Amino acid sequence: METNISFKLKVWRQAGPKEKGHFETYEMSDIPTDTSFLEMLDILNEQLVEKGEEPVAFDHDCREGICGMCSLYINGHPHGPATGATTCQLYMRRFHDGDTITVEPWRSAAFPIIRDLMVNRNAFDQIQQAGGYVSFNTGGAQDANALPISKVAADEAMDSASCIGCGACVAACKNGSAMLFVSAKVSQFALLPQGKVEAKRRVKAMLAKMDELGFGNCTNTGACAAECPKNIKLSNIARLNREFLCAKCSD
Amino acid sequence: MWLTNSSVGRKVVMSVTGLFLILFLTFHALMNAVALISLDAYEAVCEFLGANWYALLGTAILAGGFVLHIIYAFWLTLQNKRARGNDAYTVTARPKSVEWASQNMLVLGLIVLCFLVLHLFHFWAKMQLPEMLGDEISALRGKEALELAFSQLWVLPVYLVGFCAIWFHITHGFWSAFQTLGTTNDKWIERFKCIGWWWATIVMLLFAVEACYFTWFFAL
Repeated sequence: METNISFKLKVWRQAGPKEKGHFETYEMSDIPTDTSFLEMLDILNEQLVEKGEEPVAFDHDCREGICGMCSLYINGHPHGPATGATTCQLYMRRFHDGDTITVEPWRSAAFPIIRDLMVNRNAFDQIQQAGGYVSFNTGGAQDANALPISKVAADEAMDSASCIGCGACVAACKNGSAMLFVSAKVSQFALLPQGKVEAKRRVKAMLAKMDELGFGNCTNTGACAAECPKNIKLSNIARLNREFLCAKCSD
Repeated sequence: MWLTNSSVGRKVVMSVTGLFLILFLTFHALMNAVALISLDAYEAVCEFLGANWYALLGTAILAGGFVLHIIYAFWLTLQNKRARGNDAYTVTARPKSVEWASQNMLVLGLIVLCFLVLHLFHFWAKMQLPEMLGDEISALRGKEALELAFSQLWVLPVYLVGFCAIWFHITHGFWSAFQTLGTTNDKWIERFKCIGWWWATIVMLLFAVEACYFTWFFAL
């Protein structure tokens, strides 16, 4: 049942990449619990614009949990307290009257802040460009089912491919490591015959790019998988390690 | 060299040295257990591991394992701190599935290092070191070194703290090493966690029993 709640919103404000940031506290009153978290920020921004103040900058796009654009660190969790959901799928019914809600941007050296709650996640694009694709001259398209693929492998590859590249894994990791993202992208191809052709080159290139961009070393704490809005599994990281070690051994 | 340049390579060094040290600890606990049964037999083990060429070679390899593991730990931590950035989160929460030990491996490692220095001072510095330096007369025999250390009552609690730190360190380190080596999957992550927990518990419990027994035998 819908009710209205009032709460304090502590939001990170930072005018630009080089500016010094600080927390600003806003009193939010009578917010319906059926409001999504991003809609609540829209309401805040309308109020700020009416008062002649700068609205809070935050990333968002599809608002249905598939684009990977929204990215807030809410009360100590990337994408907030809900599990298996993005910020845009988070509703105010998760919070209580009188709460203080702290909203921070992703914090990682590889994701510099652009403004307020927006960070630059271009590093992920660069890792993808380093090898997160399949390239071959196929000629005419093959008949369907010409390449038999087991149900197990197909399911695993599909699960890995559900990574939306939002960066919650990096935000959650105390080491700022991007291993869960890279492992999901490597796995979705490594599991399928079409991807195996370039598997060795791909894993080495993507991992080298990840290291070059200043992401940290994985220490297997598992915070990434616990906070992932798409429930990408930790076993992907083992697969990435395995693929990399095999590629190195066959050099 | 990919063992230094790549993040996975660096972790492989951590995991291989870590597993080697776990294996060493297991043998160490078993050799101590000999003293529970017979001090004369323990003396024979100490004799066997004196300053012979094979014992010295073993010590050198072991020391190398420790040094690599410790240097890489500091190196990786520094890199990880840099990757995290300068601004820390104001509010943090640890998800349920994340073990406390996994996020505090360096602190636990530092406690283990302090314990290691004390332990080397108690035994190695009085047994193998003088023998290595040619001073066979002042080198203590196994039973004498045990008595000198454990006749002091403060040694037991300090050792128990050290054992606890090692227990926490191994419960994460064990499965983490296999994960880094790529030998796990959905099933085996949980299995390695379980095996690691039991392995650490049995080995550290054995050490604790031994320390308690020596204290009872020599100090009380």
